Amino acid sequence: MARRYDSRTTIFSPEGRLYQIEYAMEAISHAGTVIGILAKDGVVLAAEKRVTSKLLDRAEASGEKIFTLNSNVVAGVAGITADANSLVNYARMAAQRHLFSFDEDIPVEQLAQKLCDLKQGYTQYGGLRPFGVSLLYAGHDPHHGFQLYHSDPSGNYSGWKATCIGANNGTAQSLLKQDYKDGMGLWEPAPKPAEGEPGAEGEPSKYGAVELAARVLSKTLDATTLDSEKVEFAIITLDRKTDLPKPRIFKPEEIDRLLAKYELGKPSDETPGTGTATPAAVAAGSQGERMDVS
Amino acid sequence: MESSFAITGKDYTLIVSDTSAAHSIVRMKDDEDKMRVLSPHLVMAYNGEPGDTVQFAEYVQRNLRLYGIRNNVELRPAAAAAWTRRELADSLRSRSPYQVNLLLAGFDVPSSRPALYWIDYLGTLASVPYAAHGYASFFVTSTLDRYHTPGASLEEGLELARRCADEVEKRLIVSGGGWKVRVVDREGAREIKLREGQA
Repeated sequence: MARRYDSRTTIFSPEGRLYQIEYAMEAISHAGTVIGILAKDGVVLAAEKRVTSKLLDRAEASGEKIFTLNSNVVAGVAGITADANSLVNYARMAAQRHLFSFDEDIPVEQLAQKLCDLKQGYTQYGGLRPFGVSLLYAGHDPHHGFQLYHSDPSGNYSGWKATCIGANNGTAQSLLKQDYKDGMGLWEPAPKPAEGEPGAEGEPSKYGAVELAARVLSKTLDATTLDSEKVEFAIITLDRKTDLPKPRIFKPEEIDRLLAKYELGKPSDETPGTGTATPAAVAAGSQGERMDVS
Repeated sequence: MESSFAITGKDYTLIVSDTSAAHSIVRMKDDEDKMRVLSPHLVMAYNGEPGDTVQFAEYVQRNLRLYGIRNNVELRPAAAAAWTRRELADSLRSRSPYQVNLLLAGFDVPSSRPALYWIDYLGTLASVPYAAHGYASFFVTSTLDRYHTPGASLEEGLELARRCADEVEKRLIVSGGGWKVRVVDREGAREIKLREGQA
């Protein structure tokens, strides 16, 4: 039945559905998971890489899932990689155009809207297929502070405290619903509410946002353990001294250290795949910078 | 003939324009408002080529208003000034540039600071503590150099503005007709009287 109405994006089916968009979302549900969590001092993105191979040249390549869009926004993508790269490029140009005209960083919501306007166009004009990509935008601006947005192939977007896209997003979403607590920090759990305030009766929050993202990701991953070959991590915070947004995509050594800290990585007596988690490399990585101090 | 000047203080910006509209030797009007309120915390005073002035000022006003409605948030003074400057700079290399000079007076809500920008028709932009355009600038710049202090109260600012107005009235060959004064602070932009008993 759907066969007749799904070959062109620009037509509705008799039931009022746009099949091409639904098929695009279906493509995304097979892609690597990306989780985003909003904290009071930053936003974290954690993603599962799908393209893993010892032969990949990790040192030079850019990420597969997480990209910097501007100095105040990082994005995680899920779906068709080539489409995602095209959208990321468009977003970067849109951000610079705004900087050119207004001499200020583009507000996060406006960047999401620009991409959504583009995506919506592909559902209505031109007879071209939609972009098979969902994105999570994690960013900061002086108007609304830290923000997390999600957009999908239909061109719709919404703001979230915690959400996820890609494979197993239903599982991840329910885990996030259980464990997300308002007021959590990137590295500290949310403070326990006082007696009588909402949330005081429930379980106290155990995790900071980064740890929660790592734990939820490990539960939804296909593999049994996490390591830096399979995941990408990024946070965006405010630099304490300059008050400017600071995006940070973690290097593989930093991810290994993080996973070791949360005891989510491979056990220490196993030989790591590319030898990046040796003590010397871990100490030398990031020039001694502490992960939990922005 | 056209004069405008502006002063920043502790938590406000004052902006003053003369109110005379003349054609050659005839004063057509002495209560002309040579400012436009661009957004809740931004006021712009303009002078220059008649026609170009109002055209450009209203163009800026309507575009900033559209931005505010579309994005649910006011453009901050620095961003609005950058955009306005870009428009003038683009216009400069067109067939007929806008010959308009501007003072942009505002209050930056996120940082709680007053803002003042001097822009000329070439697309020069300067963020300044006080500024003037037109004939007034010949007299008022030295007055402000001598008597301006940063972080002054509104009363002190108004006193300084009166000093400037007095200087222009005393020394400029033609009368400016009167003065239109606005103050921009956290609460927004409002008109204010320079001297008691003035219209």
